Amino acid sequence: MPTVSVKRDLLFQALGRTYTDEEFDELCFEFGLELDEITSEKEIISKEQGNVKAAGASDVVLYKIDVPANRYDLLCLEGLVRGLQVFKERIKAPVYKRVMPDGKIQKLIITEETAKIRPFAVAAVLRNIKFTKDRYDSFIELQEKLHQNICRKRALVAIGTHDLDTLSGPFTYTAKRPSDIKFKPLNKTKEYTACELMNIYKTDNHLKHYLHIIENKPLYPVIYDSNGVVLSMPPIINGDHSRITVNTRNIFIECTGTDFTKAKIVLDIIVTMFSEYCENQFTVEAAEVVFPNGKSHTFPELAYRKEMVRADLINKKVGISLWFVHSFFRETPENLAKLLTRMYLKSEVIGDGNQIEIEIPPTRADIIHACDIVEDAAIAYGYNNIQMTLPKTYTIANQFPLNKLTELLRHDMAAAGFTEALTFALCSQEDIADKLGVDISATKAVHISNPKTAEFQVARTTLLPGLLKTIAANRKMPLPLKLFEISDIVIKDSNTDVGAKNYRHLCAVYYNKNPGFEIIHGLLDRIMQLLDVPPGEDKGGYVIKASEGPAFFPGRCAEIFARGQSVGKLGVLHPDVITKFELTMPCSSLEINVGPFL
Amino acid sequence: MADGQVAELLLRRLEASDGGLDSAELAAELGMEHQAVVGAVKSLQALGEVIEAELRSTKHWELTAEGEEIAREGSHEARVFRSIPPEGLAQSELMRLPSGKVGFSKAMSNKWIRVDKSAADGPRVFRVVDSMEDEVQRRLQLVRGGQAEKLGEKERSELRKRKLLAEVTLKTYWVSKGSAFSTSISKQETELSPEMISSGHLHPLLKVRSQFRQIFLEMGFTEMPTDNFIESSFWNFDALFQPQQHPARDQHDTFFLRDPAEALQLPMDYVQRVKRTHSQGGYGSQGYKYNWKLDEARKNLLRTHTTSASARALYRLAQKKPFTPVKYFSIDRVFRNETLDATHLAEFHQIEGVVADHGLTLGHLMGVLREFFTKLGITQLRFKPAYNPYTEPSMEVFSYHQGLKKWVEVGNSGVFRPEMLLPMGLPENVSVIAWGLSLERPTMIKYGINNIRELVGHKVNLQMVYDSPLCRLDAEPRPPPTQEAA
Repeated sequence: MPTVSVKRDLLFQALGRTYTDEEFDELCFEFGLELDEITSEKEIISKEQGNVKAAGASDVVLYKIDVPANRYDLLCLEGLVRGLQVFKERIKAPVYKRVMPDGKIQKLIITEETAKIRPFAVAAVLRNIKFTKDRYDSFIELQEKLHQNICRKRALVAIGTHDLDTLSGPFTYTAKRPSDIKFKPLNKTKEYTACELMNIYKTDNHLKHYLHIIENKPLYPVIYDSNGVVLSMPPIINGDHSRITVNTRNIFIECTGTDFTKAKIVLDIIVTMFSEYCENQFTVEAAEVVFPNGKSHTFPELAYRKEMVRADLINKKVGISLWFVHSFFRETPENLAKLLTRMYLKSEVIGDGNQIEIEIPPTRADIIHACDIVEDAAIAYGYNNIQMTLPKTYTIANQFPLNKLTELLRHDMAAAGFTEALTFALCSQEDIADKLGVDISATKAVHISNPKTAEFQVARTTLLPGLLKTIAANRKMPLPLKLFEISDIVIKDSNTDVGAKNYRHLCAVYYNKNPGFEIIHGLLDRIMQLLDVPPGEDKGGYVIKASEGPAFFPGRCAEIFARGQSVGKLGVLHPDVITKFELTMPCSSLEINVGPFL
Repeated sequence: MADGQVAELLLRRLEASDGGLDSAELAAELGMEHQAVVGAVKSLQALGEVIEAELRSTKHWELTAEGEEIAREGSHEARVFRSIPPEGLAQSELMRLPSGKVGFSKAMSNKWIRVDKSAADGPRVFRVVDSMEDEVQRRLQLVRGGQAEKLGEKERSELRKRKLLAEVTLKTYWVSKGSAFSTSISKQETELSPEMISSGHLHPLLKVRSQFRQIFLEMGFTEMPTDNFIESSFWNFDALFQPQQHPARDQHDTFFLRDPAEALQLPMDYVQRVKRTHSQGGYGSQGYKYNWKLDEARKNLLRTHTTSASARALYRLAQKKPFTPVKYFSIDRVFRNETLDATHLAEFHQIEGVVADHGLTLGHLMGVLREFFTKLGITQLRFKPAYNPYTEPSMEVFSYHQGLKKWVEVGNSGVFRPEMLLPMGLPENVSVIAWGLSLERPTMIKYGINNIRELVGHKVNLQMVYDSPLCRLDAEPRPPPTQEAA
């Protein structure tokens, strides 16, 4: 969930009133936001870097507000204020207009070289904008928030904003060999080739995260003006030449990306948010983008879409009332339209009086289905005003048989004197292979491709390592230690749809000054008694047969057969295994597959 | 001979014996000190029921050192008598003999000798009789021969008064086999050992899991199968209408598999409907309008939520015609490739409840949540609008925490999106409400645990497991003891 940080006083000034922290917290909750933290720049710096560094920092109060991940229109102060003011019916939602310029339209021409690396671009112009320091900061911050969220860390979309007055169109979006791109980037004093820049930015804490997007590609994306000035090398850096400042009046915005839909949304959000500061409020100057196929499109789209939803559907989905029972409680279509309008969705009742026509503005890209409209109606109605009722759904409960058996077994394992452990399903290769004297290829384990540490290399194929590690962490406890676990292990299996299968295992260990083989064997007899499996090979009974395994002491291992199949092993652990798990005493163990006993 | 060896000898003799044996006799037979045998008996007694040992005390008469001398050499009076030649002996000379003083008066009273005080060179002693019987020596020899009982009480007491005899009490053991008789003996712990307290314990988190299962069952919810940690991206994300560029599908958040890297089978008809809904919309939806890739959906991963299992269950439900309403639940492990800290592990348990029926509303969801949380002992609830990719409307569930004096999030919930349900083939007027929470968090609150590693995994302190009380979710926590009570 993105967090937006705004200056409290600036926020209250824009809202036209002040709130206590509690009042504002309440407002946020109602609207689906969360006032996460009340802090200041000074406090943040002092927390992160100590009091000394914080000495000169501002102590203006900051509100950190958590915003739902799909509400890109609330990622800046301007959007938050607009949303809350409309919600509180203090203003009407502004109408965003795309206008044609008086003079020539700005053109961005996409060449076909971009196809393989970053094929899409959109553009727009904010004309006669008036920044202040706070507005300028908010403008930069919004781009950063968009980059981190909808733009997927610039992989899907990257934004470039430029001082139009320093450039001259038409612009060309193309892709070139890195060695052929040379320009002075933002915050540098001289020109570098793209190759050099990629090297320099390897140590840049901010930019290094984006290099992988184009690194190793033969061609890098780049935007030029008609004089060959580099506007930007997306998604890495803008040129210094066209950098915007507090004094910039005309802004050229380009968004390039691999996802056309998201590029259009991002552009719409930026221009709807900041056209507020244009001379003609909420108007945006169009730009023309010419695609490699020759077709040209005008942006921003700023599309308003109409949706039709029946009032009774909203009432029914929300359960504002069971309208057929006591219809006088249900919200009238007029009221529902009012509720929706408060959510920035201008609505009116049309047709037979039960139809509501809803206008989805370009800021609300999150509304893609009637269910999104229903939610907004419910929010405006107030979740906590909704009457709670119980569904009349009549059902008979069933347990999952494997879990039912597990529940029964674990209680009787404890009654048999063994204590339940709960260990991780993920572990290192070493745990299930080397330490047990087995080759990893023989384990049929599933392997994780992106583990951050060795602890998460594989899914366990046996419960034994987890129990032995539990003992190792509890060596100070009085002996003997008697542990068990009933849980799932995972084995590769090409007969399943995903190629792997869980097995429910029961594992028990006995750790003491003596190996206690007789105790583990006794436990097996007890488990079989509990499962109503008689001893002997007849009638699906159980037997143990001398066996061997690398984890066991030679001559002290037996395979367990029950219900006509091998279900597991028991025995005294090999001294090598004991040592590798950092244990110092003899240990015997038992591990069986519970599945065959269902 | 060490204690243990004597004990072993004793046990072996006892095994061969008929009924039992006497410690003193054994000592005599083995030619060792009786005390050594007694030591062995005592150490065997300490083992419990290995032997029975009955203490017997016997009294017998023993000669004193003087008595021994007399038995050997005769009584003092006899020695005096014998030292007197027929011509007599000067009394002064007689008194110088070792037995002189004592023997003279006794021999006098026995009338064995006489004194002639009129003799020329002083008093002279003469024999009166020619011979005598040394009755004292005879009696003492009888006692030495173990025949003290042949003497009369009076005679014995006379000898005792003369400090020639002493009555001695001998304590011996009559040893017989105990109920746990065995010739092999093992050393027992001297302290209370865990062996003696052999009860096992259930893990606190799984005790809480049992209670949650119980609550769902009480509410008529059927348990879904969740025994597949490995899931395809399709069931984990795509089927839930979670777009392929969603941050949760990032390598930083999800464990993907290297082997088996891809799901082998997907239900292709259904996959096509999902693809269309994502990339073009449909079922009343605009869709996400992006290039949906099958390769991405095939990627295997460790499921990031149990909602993937719910999706499978709902898909199976949709294939059954006609539709029958269901209530489902599951509690099982999920996996996140997250940064680990005191409250986050790479794996945790998710609790999930699902109801599918015609015409379910947000009010129904809230009603079910109220009943569910009431069973957990949580009665003060409120609901906050939220965003989840696959539910709309969505609501976070908050409860008022008395200790923290603020509202804390206790769960997340919502109505599954039509874009998820309709491609499965569920009827249009069927709504599915669902909610989820983690098992670890309520357990940590219940048992007062601050670091999740103290609760889950191999580093737990088993003492905590041994000591954890029953899980009674709806019971009021016991108030802390007051000063007066303490």
